Amino acid sequence: MNWAAVSAMYVSEMTRFFRTIAQSFISPVISTSLYFVVFGAAIGSRIDQVEGVSYGAFIVPGLIMLSVMTQAISNASFGIYFPKFIGTIYELLSAPVNFLEVVLGFVGAAATKALFIGVVILGTASLFVDIQIQHPFAMVLFLLLTCLSFALFGFIIGIWAQNFEQLQLIPLLVITPLVFLGGSFYSISMLPPIWQKITLFNPVVYLISGFRWSFFGTADVPVGLSLLAIAGFTALCMGAIWWIFRTGWRIRS
Amino acid sequence: MTAIVDIRDLRKVYDGGFEALKGITLSIREGEILALLGPNGAGKTTLISTICGITNPSSGEVTVGGFDVVEQYRGARSLIGLVPQEMSLEPFTKVKDAVSYSRGLFGKPRDDAAIDKILKQLSLWDKRNARVVELSGGMKRRVLIAKALSHEPKVLFLDEPTAGVDVELRKDMWDVVAELKAQGVTIILTTHYIEEAEAIADRVGVINGGQLLLVEEKDALMRRLGQKTLQIELQEPTQAIPETLAGYDLELVSEGQALRYTYDTRGESTGITRLLGDLSAAGLQMRDLLTEQSSLEDIFVGLVKEGAA
Ligand SMILES: Nc1ncnc2c1ncn2[C@@H]1O[C@H](COP(=O)(O)OP(=O)(O)OP(=O)(O)O)[C@@H](O)[C@H]1O
Ligand SMILES: [Mg+2]
Repeated sequence: MNWAAVSAMYVSEMTRFFRTIAQSFISPVISTSLYFVVFGAAIGSRIDQVEGVSYGAFIVPGLIMLSVMTQAISNASFGIYFPKFIGTIYELLSAPVNFLEVVLGFVGAAATKALFIGVVILGTASLFVDIQIQHPFAMVLFLLLTCLSFALFGFIIGIWAQNFEQLQLIPLLVITPLVFLGGSFYSISMLPPIWQKITLFNPVVYLISGFRWSFFGTADVPVGLSLLAIAGFTALCMGAIWWIFRTGWRIRS
Repeated sequence: MTAIVDIRDLRKVYDGGFEALKGITLSIREGEILALLGPNGAGKTTLISTICGITNPSSGEVTVGGFDVVEQYRGARSLIGLVPQEMSLEPFTKVKDAVSYSRGLFGKPRDDAAIDKILKQLSLWDKRNARVVELSGGMKRRVLIAKALSHEPKVLFLDEPTAGVDVELRKDMWDVVAELKAQGVTIILTTHYIEEAEAIADRVGVINGGQLLLVEEKDALMRRLGQKTLQIELQEPTQAIPETLAGYDLELVSEGQALRYTYDTRGESTGITRLLGDLSAAGLQMRDLLTEQSSLEDIFVGLVKEGAA
């Protein structure tokens, strides 16, 4: 392993993050607060409790997942798209690094940023509602795996994208709807029966359900299935990236 | 001397079907400076990119330091430093961070003293804390060179390093190149400036249309292909070339003060002895003789034309 390269890539990506640390910190704080004002206060006053949890607390895991997923994707996709766009990718292609090292450096940094934002949101939310975490170990595991797998997915999007529009396309057209419809703000038991079935095709449901279970001990789908889903997604993305580097798809002519 | 870069029947067909390299075979010796000359679109950058791992070869083999560039890319790439033709740099990175980054990427442990030395050598020391966007074009070029040198490569590729560079930087650059050569680094550079190849290269390769037209010792190349001129200064100016000398390739210059004779050093004989005899016979008295070798430029233009014909 070329650890010097892994650390060079990781540090350089994180430096970019720290250049705009204030922004990175303030925007999730503000958006989380807004969610609490809108959902927690306005809607929450009408919905008393969901599965024995106050509505304000109920949405916290979903809120964290929502931001972590979108941030992991946007950070990772931009992180690799940018060097392609400005041409500095030449250095990465001519360096003695393999796919695993590039993934550790770039995806690792993107996942770290997403994790940071997740933690900031959890902190902000705890100012509004009382949060208890029943399974802290599982909570951390779910959070880490989500950061990692969505950063991997973002990395693939960044390599696939050939312009800025395409870079925005997948997150906008696929991820945002899946996340919003994935039970971030409701329990799927609140849906009409037919939608309860359809929604099970949405992979995000499994992640949010599992994550929420680690907080409150209640889940929409069995927690083992949630873990399996996210592990499977991570493996799938890793496989795709391995193939990309082997064939040079979209990066090496 | 052993070959540090060995290229065998290398072909590159781009996705669109364009064949940019049509079977290049070339051995680059350890420690030499090889200049690659060729017009725009000849395939110089493609050749370098394929050796460095930026593009995949379509067929053929390349080894660097004995490592196959595809199968044993780690070994091969660790030995290579590349200064690309395009000026691609991260705009908001500090100069010294950009250079350190490259060192790390190539697997070398962090070494601030080594980076400082390179920055000083390339006159970037004053700008070490500046961000790349704040630099002029020539300074960015220096940063690219510093990045390529950051991991102490054994083989350095310079793809048109002097395009858009002022005289001073060019001089700095050749000083650096000379120093690297003294350390045993092999240097491959592409250029459109033939004087450059002439001034610093040990060998010259000419590429056109994806083919290597020739590779030769610079001196030998100039001897072998060079046309020479012999300038004959006369005691008394003459109005016209005497009839008896019509068979020679002669030209009247300096308002009749001198005759210029052009001959091919490749020919069986240069005809000089005979010419000098005939000159005396025609009653022309010689004051001085001067020979001049034609430049690489002339050779180059001649070769490319020949290849196109
Ligand atoms: N990515 C690519 N896809 C398709 N064709 C390409 C690509 N890159 C280069 N070419 C073509 O390959 C040929 C060789 O290009 P190359 O860049 O190697 O030339 P060069 O000798 O470096 O020229 P210059 O002196 O202008 O830098 C050109 O005809 C060019 O159009
Ligand atoms: Mg070129």
